[in-house]
Amino acid sequence: MSKKFMYLNRKAPYGTVYALESLEVVLIGAAFEQDVSLAFIGDGVYQLTKGQNTDGIGMKNFSPTYSALGDYDVNKIYVEKESLEERGLTLDDLQHLVWEDEDEDWAEKDSIRLVSRAELADVLDDQDVVLSF
Amino acid sequence: MAMLHTVNKSPFESNSFETCLGLAKSGSTVLLFEDGVYAATAGTSAADAISNANGITFAVLGPDAQARGIDGKLADGIKVVDYDGFVDLVAESDQVQAWL
Amino acid sequence: MPIDVNGKSLEVDEEGYLSNLNEWEPAVAEVMAKAEDLELTDDHWEIINFLREYYEEYQIAPAVRVLTKAVGKKLGKEKGNSKYLYELFPYGPGKQACKYAGLPKPTGCV
Repeated sequence: MSKKFMYLNRKAPYGTVYALESLEVVLIGAAFEQDVSLAFIGDGVYQLTKGQNTDGIGMKNFSPTYSALGDYDVNKIYVEKESLEERGLTLDDLQHLVWEDEDEDWAEKDSIRLVSRAELADVLDDQDVVLSF
Repeated sequence: MAMLHTVNKSPFESNSFETCLGLAKSGSTVLLFEDGVYAATAGTSAADAISNANGITFAVLGPDAQARGIDGKLADGIKVVDYDGFVDLVAESDQVQAWL
Repeated sequence: MPIDVNGKSLEVDEEGYLSNLNEWEPAVAEVMAKAEDLELTDDHWEIINFLREYYEEYQIAPAVRVLTKAVGKKLGKEKGNSKYLYELFPYGPGKQACKYAGLPKPTGCV
């Protein structure tokens, strides 16, 4: 039986290696066909900002890889509203992540779900396993 | 005496930025780099603190802001420098205080 | 051990994957395929080019399951299945085709 796995992302990209490590674990874990969701809270919301360009810092820009998550059947991506607001950001500042529903002739659907802290608490409560990065 | 303060941690993750602002005197410069650049994002309490800090010059390291996709969202009055500009700031200062 | 391509010596890792993605050229795939007694046809190239485009866009080499699905969508169901892809690349479409395309080993390939 499949379990509910939640990857909880709390760190900004590039400053530490947590964000990249989390993304790699998600991609590897996707092979096990569990019910996977991702949550971005605190500085973790910075992982999803659009327009990242790492040419000047000599590190790999891994932000395009978030767009591949839909291909890996990872299509529940929770972003905490309060965290965005504290950081002067809105959904428009984040990448538009979608997945394609094979059962509906590859119709594109939004992956990101903007949730309040209280709503996210309920989502967390509902998980079998939470992996924190 | 011209002092250069550097902050490389997110203001939401650590109190380095806040501590730095509390101890930086008028005439000094604060350079934000690595995750420290997030303090320069418009619409944050950190950016408000920057606009209220009189007599202090604020700069961000451009490549770090670009890497994080926030170069278009910097608060007003913040100077953007490149690596050479970072070096110049260090050379111009009598003392460098790194808030880790 | 490096491989020789058009008179140039290119670094590869212990499993034969190109160390530097930017050094890839079509001849790299030809040299690698020859070493594994495989003759590259247009059908092989279609998958190799597809993988390079996928990497360019997403910065990862896709897992086999993802590759299969994506090929199905782009090139049609008759190509987006394991049988077709394994016939082209008997050592595994993920591993072998990615190697020829100069990509790293697919994430999640153990």
